Amino acid sequence: MSGQVGLRGKVWFQALTGRDCPLEGDPGSVLTADATLGNETARFLCVVPNPAARFPCARRGEVGLEESYTLAMRVREAIEQDANGTKRPLIAIVDIKSQAYGRREETVAIFLATATAADAYASARMKGHPVIALVVGQAISGGFLTHGYQANRILAFDGSDVVIHAMHKEAAARITLRSVADLDRLGHQIAPMSYDIHDFARLGLLHELLHIADPDKPSPATVAQVQKSLMEAVADARAGSKDLSHRLTSEGAREMRKAGLAARALMEEQWHHD
Amino acid sequence: MSTTIAAPAFVNRHSFIELDARARAQSLMDPGSWRELVGPFDRIESPWLPLQGIAPQSDDGCVVLKGTIAAAPSVVIALEGGFQAGSMGEVSGAKMTAALDLATQDSQKGKKTTAVLLLETGGVRLQEANLGLAAIAEVMASMLVLREHAPIITVIAGTVGCFGGLALAAGLSSYIVMTREARLGMNGPEVIEQESGIEEFDASDRGLIWAINGGEQRVAMGVADELVLDDAQEIAAAVQSYVKAGLPQVHRSQQVELYRRRIAALDTSGQIDPLTLRQSWNNKSREEGKR
Repeated sequence: MSGQVGLRGKVWFQALTGRDCPLEGDPGSVLTADATLGNETARFLCVVPNPAARFPCARRGEVGLEESYTLAMRVREAIEQDANGTKRPLIAIVDIKSQAYGRREETVAIFLATATAADAYASARMKGHPVIALVVGQAISGGFLTHGYQANRILAFDGSDVVIHAMHKEAAARITLRSVADLDRLGHQIAPMSYDIHDFARLGLLHELLHIADPDKPSPATVAQVQKSLMEAVADARAGSKDLSHRLTSEGAREMRKAGLAARALMEEQWHHD
Repeated sequence: MSTTIAAPAFVNRHSFIELDARARAQSLMDPGSWRELVGPFDRIESPWLPLQGIAPQSDDGCVVLKGTIAAAPSVVIALEGGFQAGSMGEVSGAKMTAALDLATQDSQKGKKTTAVLLLETGGVRLQEANLGLAAIAEVMASMLVLREHAPIITVIAGTVGCFGGLALAAGLSSYIVMTREARLGMNGPEVIEQESGIEEFDASDRGLIWAINGGEQRVAMGVADELVLDDAQEIAAAVQSYVKAGLPQVHRSQQVELYRRRIAALDTSGQIDPLTLRQSWNNKSREEGKR
């Protein structure tokens, strides 16, 4: 494992775009580049650790205020540039610790900042940009809501160090008054609580789980493999609806979200009984 | 000698906070106009809570009423803060998303349907963790579609407040109405204290919490729209006025450049004083923040 959250994200950003520094004027924590994907250009976005960040609680790969507003700005820039042309794919490379947990962030309304970034991603999707999340490491909580979870399609690397979750394990244990061991045990019984990416895949939210050899060191072969999957996901997104309805119609959802689907069906039925 | 003591207005107030989610929702709609959808007698419960020895609730803590507000078609979606801290689970999330999507469908057919969200919630229900987080992403997606047609009005009355992932949903709404007792923030004080230490945030300091997350501050700094008393009539009147106002020219979560500039201008060498922030964001910048 890369040891620090965000480093693998940076490595894959470099591998897919050939660039490794922020665009002019952007904070060091947000990497954006337009790069070739198949026979078109895609915009890649990634949040990386920035030890020199102005906000002390957003230096280790968290999504904070600058990250949120920069992502929103770069996504909206692509929407505007493509307003009358081909809508370029937006690829969110995800390897994020969480949202930033700081008092400064709370004081200046990080809830609005993160909403603004999610708004931008969802707006791009609704306007016809294929938005793909590529989870290469961690995708935790509000960080993922901000950067990735509004995507048309979500791809994730397979591996024990790839985690998509509502809260990191230690904090979830404290808040639910359980031990980490208990949480692991429950996770195996109760799929939505699991920290195992295979259990997450069972929920029907993932488009594809990618088996990547040596994910910390991209090779020409694994880069080509990831590009091929991204292109397939882009084509699939273009052929599908612009909303998130496919997350409810997947095989996994039909199995694991029966109660939610029943609530939805009944709501639809009763809504029209005027 | 006789003195006349006028009863202060608050004696006659009907507290909104003291109402449960269902009664809150009912109090906002035109009398006789509403009916509840997927109510407790439909018994669609969380399948995940009983597996963990936790009693489910037959409405999963989410109340959906369809009816009218100020004679306009509306749906009110209320989270019950008294059940699992209003947390978002698979079923409550599905109810919320479905109701928003149906409001969108009606709006697209010409029957503009406003949504009112009563958010008293700590965010994701950790016992349903990943389905709760997924539900919040779906709620947000559905809000953004409805918001193109009809306003979404979020009311945060207290006392749970609105935290976690659903604070992003609040951030996407067209208007936010809050009481002084309400709090709005992404990370609750306890979470910040745990993650970043007590020197970053002392979660026992109630004054600090309300100075940062409280309704008065959120309205004064311009990230919420109206401060109301804990009074059912006053809250209903505020909601009605936003239903009548319709969509804002621009939603706050679209004002990227405004807030990016404001963040860039902050001195981050120390903590940021909430009162100073009010002045710099809502006085000097009142014009540029106008929607």
